[in-house]
Amino acid sequence: MRDSLAVVATLAWRNLWRNHRRTVVMLLAIAVGVWAMIFMSALMRGMTDAMVRNGLHTLPGEVQVHHVDYRRDPSVVNSMQPPSGSLLRALQAPPVIAWAGRVRVPAVLASERGNRGVTLLGIDPVAEAQLDSLPQTMVQGRFLQSADDRGVVIGASLASRLETRLGKRVVIMSQDPDNNVVDRGARIVGIYRARLAGTEDRFVYAGRAVIQDMLNMDEQLSEVAITADDYRNVDAWYPAIAAAADAGLEVLPWTELDIFLGTMLGVQDGFALIFMVVVFLALSFGLVNTLVMAVFERVREIGLMQALGMRPALIVLQILLESLYLLCLGLLLGNLLALLTIRPLESGIDISSVAQGMEMMGMGTTLYPVLALQDMGMSTAVVVVLGLLASLGPAWRAARLDPVAALNKT
Amino acid sequence: MSTISCKNLCKTFRQGEEVITGLDQVCLDIEEGSFVCLSGPSGSGKTTLLNAMGGLDSPDSGEITVGEQRLDQLSKAELADMRLNNIGFVFQAYNLIPVLSARENVEFVMQVQGVPARQRRELALQVLAEVGLTGLEQRLPAEMSGGQQQRVAVARAIANQPALVLADEPTANLDTHSAAQLMDLFVTLNQERGITFVISTHDTRVMGYARRLVSMRDGRIVGDEQQEPHTMAV
Repeated sequence: MRDSLAVVATLAWRNLWRNHRRTVVMLLAIAVGVWAMIFMSALMRGMTDAMVRNGLHTLPGEVQVHHVDYRRDPSVVNSMQPPSGSLLRALQAPPVIAWAGRVRVPAVLASERGNRGVTLLGIDPVAEAQLDSLPQTMVQGRFLQSADDRGVVIGASLASRLETRLGKRVVIMSQDPDNNVVDRGARIVGIYRARLAGTEDRFVYAGRAVIQDMLNMDEQLSEVAITADDYRNVDAWYPAIAAAADAGLEVLPWTELDIFLGTMLGVQDGFALIFMVVVFLALSFGLVNTLVMAVFERVREIGLMQALGMRPALIVLQILLESLYLLCLGLLLGNLLALLTIRPLESGIDISSVAQGMEMMGMGTTLYPVLALQDMGMSTAVVVVLGLLASLGPAWRAARLDPVAALNKT
Repeated sequence: MSTISCKNLCKTFRQGEEVITGLDQVCLDIEEGSFVCLSGPSGSGKTTLLNAMGGLDSPDSGEITVGEQRLDQLSKAELADMRLNNIGFVFQAYNLIPVLSARENVEFVMQVQGVPARQRRELALQVLAEVGLTGLEQRLPAEMSGGQQQRVAVARAIANQPALVLADEPTANLDTHSAAQLMDLFVTLNQERGITFVISTHDTRVMGYARRLVSMRDGRIVGDEQQEPHTMAV
């Protein structure tokens, strides 16, 4: 059997190069197709990553711990005690890189000209900095310096709507655990710029201790946000946090906290697969044509091999191997081409000329293509599996040739 | 014991509306070690009979036995195995595999049979030497003359030491000198190795080599005689 396979492999390889030009053209077509599959996937993956990262930046945290009723009613009533015991130990162990407790409640911010409903974030800026969750761009003033900072930081869009500015005093109003309206005045110490105007309108930052004091909630928190090294693998590590949390707490990964963001990764993989299949379908016409021509030109030879005693299964194998060689060479070239073209672009492609539209999708002005092994593997699997399936027709046809008729073909 | 036994073989072909008789109640026994020529004009049925003996074509009715095997009862795969292990073929148009060298063409059948690499290489070189192609082992078919290609085909046919060689018009594309050399080679192989040869031809010079001459016409055997063989005058 091994010898039969060896002769079939030799024949397949040599036959592949009988018509150099046709083989090279097909090889280039497969290589460009594979390159297109991987390149487009890299762009899509870069785009999705940017959207997810920006989304997580706003969320923020890859895993959050809340009181079980907090998501249904995000008020101060549904607060939780600061982490302690087994939960604290889990938060201090790898793969957790950083965590921060925060107060996050609905509030009203009033200036002398107007008022708006906002989400009030009482934070510890030192802990939040490790989560990379603070506004990236301060356009005026400074950010909060500690959990005891008595100032507030608001978005540029909110400042504009409230017709207020840096240094002005505003009033924060919310409810305490007894449903009493509580308020306090604070000075605007900084104005930030976010990618989306909606973010600027929504989030107001204040010192956590100051807000806890205002809301009469002692050291209680609305949520604990946690980050590790890879948001894609959150499902691997968040169950350990959930297991360490008390019964009255809910531990959820970002994929469940933000369903839209959570589905993005799956959608991206789905789109990539569809795109790869579509590209390959176009390629498959060329591949099948090449093999049909190869079989057509070698009818006598195939008849001869059958006459000499080669079983039909070996004829099928020979044609499939010929196809596999072609596909593998095309894949090798395509992957190499993708590697050579995507690697230099991983430092970022400036898309500022079209970025206004992209901002609406939660993206920045620079697109970072991501060359993922997964995409290379997926394109390889698509090309090999579909390629061999497409080759079955010509191979089957070759194996079913009548040796006498084939030998008499002129 | 007969190497080949045909009983009442019938075979028809359709050509448009017309039904052509390929074989009509053909009965023939060929003994082991024979040197038989099937003669007759084009369309007499000699190639059809040869194909039936080689398991390349199946008769519409009748029995055909090669050795102990009833060919008309074998599946396609079993027929392939039978051809691989028992029969050597030589065709009119050389029919070598163009991407394989002379040695590789000779090794081909043995490789499919699973003969170890070293053994088949030695056998191939030995047989190529036997047919007078020493020094041309690495040549591709396109780099050889018609006579040389036919010798490679003969070497391939006998390399795995079959009991039976079926040759369909083996000299049709050869000049007189090459044809004489080839027929001399067949006679030598028949005498020295005891290989049974069945050769279809309408060349009277080739018929002269046979010890038994079977004449066919319109799918029927019309003559079957033993004769004193003589070589071709070149």
